[in-house]
Amino acid sequence: MLDGRSAIKRKLPTRLVLSATWLTLLTLAAVFAPLIAPKDPLAQDLFLGQLPPFWVQGHEPGYLLGTDSLGRDVLSRILYGARLALTVALTAGTITCIIGATMGLLAGFLRGWVDILISRAIDIWMAFPPVLFSILLIAVLGPSLTSIIIAIVVIDWTRFARVIRAEAMTQGAMDYVASAQVAGRTRLSTMITEILPNVLPTIVVLLTLEMGISIIVEAILSFVNLSISTDDPTWGGMIAEGRASIHQAWWVLVFPLITLFLTVLSFSQLGEGLKDRFDPVLR
Amino acid sequence: MSFLSIRNLSARLKGRPDQILRRVSLEVAAGEVRGLVGESGAGKSMIGKAILGTLPQSVEITGGQIILDGTDLLSLPTAQRRTLIGAKCALIPQDPLTALNPSRRIGPQITNRLVDILHWTRADAEKRARDLLAEVQIPDPERVMRSYPHELSGGMRQRILIASAFAAEPKLIIADEPTTALDVTVQKQILKLIAAMQARHGTALLFVTHDLGVVSKVCQSLSVLYAGYVLEDSTIPDFFHTPKHPYSRALLAATPKYTDPDGSLTPVSDAVIAATRAEVEAADRSAHV
Repeated sequence: MLDGRSAIKRKLPTRLVLSATWLTLLTLAAVFAPLIAPKDPLAQDLFLGQLPPFWVQGHEPGYLLGTDSLGRDVLSRILYGARLALTVALTAGTITCIIGATMGLLAGFLRGWVDILISRAIDIWMAFPPVLFSILLIAVLGPSLTSIIIAIVVIDWTRFARVIRAEAMTQGAMDYVASAQVAGRTRLSTMITEILPNVLPTIVVLLTLEMGISIIVEAILSFVNLSISTDDPTWGGMIAEGRASIHQAWWVLVFPLITLFLTVLSFSQLGEGLKDRFDPVLR
Repeated sequence: MSFLSIRNLSARLKGRPDQILRRVSLEVAAGEVRGLVGESGAGKSMIGKAILGTLPQSVEITGGQIILDGTDLLSLPTAQRRTLIGAKCALIPQDPLTALNPSRRIGPQITNRLVDILHWTRADAEKRARDLLAEVQIPDPERVMRSYPHELSGGMRQRILIASAFAAEPKLIIADEPTTALDVTVQKQILKLIAAMQARHGTALLFVTHDLGVVSKVCQSLSVLYAGYVLEDSTIPDFFHTPKHPYSRALLAATPKYTDPDGSLTPVSDAVIAATRAEVEAADRSAHV
């Protein structure tokens, strides 16, 4: 009757557990940064400059991951930096996803002139070098959280549109779409009830990937000093500052880098893990 | 007056002269089972799609009428046409593996049409779906309705699609090669099932196939299609005893015979094809004058 596949109990994928744990911890840290950060992230003390992390000789109690050249606590700065990183990841990722996926669905399913219009727009868009484009955008808009998000959305919506368009085209050619049409569904409602659920796994994977990419873009912009006001700690800004003192104080560069790396990795693994766990069709 | 009557239906690829359908005329009376046969690319499926309004965007209808129960479908605005077709027609598709939405459970896929178009209550629609699944001999309909398509076999899925096609008691069902994607043993069961359901519900059936053996078992009349052109239109006994068109005779000769399973097949000869082609082209010319 029901075949063997329905009996397979799907385990929680390890990568889903690990990445979700890391991201949860990071989110909690970002939300409660004022409560858990051991020091004021902006407090400078030149007498405590370039203190090493706790396991290296010459460390100072209370500065777990050491201090930078101006004596600011690295751990506290990473925790506060998570606020900006996660805000950018969530808002920019989501907005990009909604705009890009909508464009992709419309183009891939409705075809015709809608498709021609959107596809040509994507082609033209993708011909711009993305990093230069974003730097230019920020330069014009002025550095602020909003302009970072706008820059990411404007540059990256094509990534979604491309992939979702191809998926929607494949799904649109399936017989079940024809059946839905014969059953009196309008094109638009067919798109939402029949096509969308089938491209949703791909959308989720892309969304989490995009969140990781948003963090990297923000870091790049901070690195070239085009993120929000440079007083607020950002991971990219910390990496840029740490570069100058890499030979005397490697920890200033390395800890934000590791955090950034783990976070971006977790986002992409979260997407794949969710797909493994919840996609009704085992692929 | 026939329930479905197609008159001089022509279609072509958008922006190109290539004809896909050439002045096709055919009638399906209420409760009749008509076969639509022809080789691959003859336009069989296109006729089905033209009736149901699911033609690919690259194909455009250039003339003719599709009259369903007294209404010319091609003259209706899209929304009205869709509602009319949804209420009176249904499709048994070719490939059961892609004809059910993989990310939705079976139940809603059957009941949707009843709720959306006929405005049944959900409870009534679900009861109807259960009854129909039992009618197509699916054990434990409750459980199947909660399953996803990938949990069921191809034969099961085709049964579900048949049940689904009959759900709204349509007057006309278009079966587009409903057994092609199944293996031979299941094919026979599915054919029997379609024939039994058709007889019980009195639904007219347009049976698109390339298999003359199937046609002889299920249909009462048939139309032979070549290059989008109807070569012959006759009843089943007439066709199998005295086929009128040379192409039909050649088709019959090319059918494998159960009585002589080892005998070599006779392909349709080049001469017959050339003559048929010439006939189609001549008909094209006289139609354009």
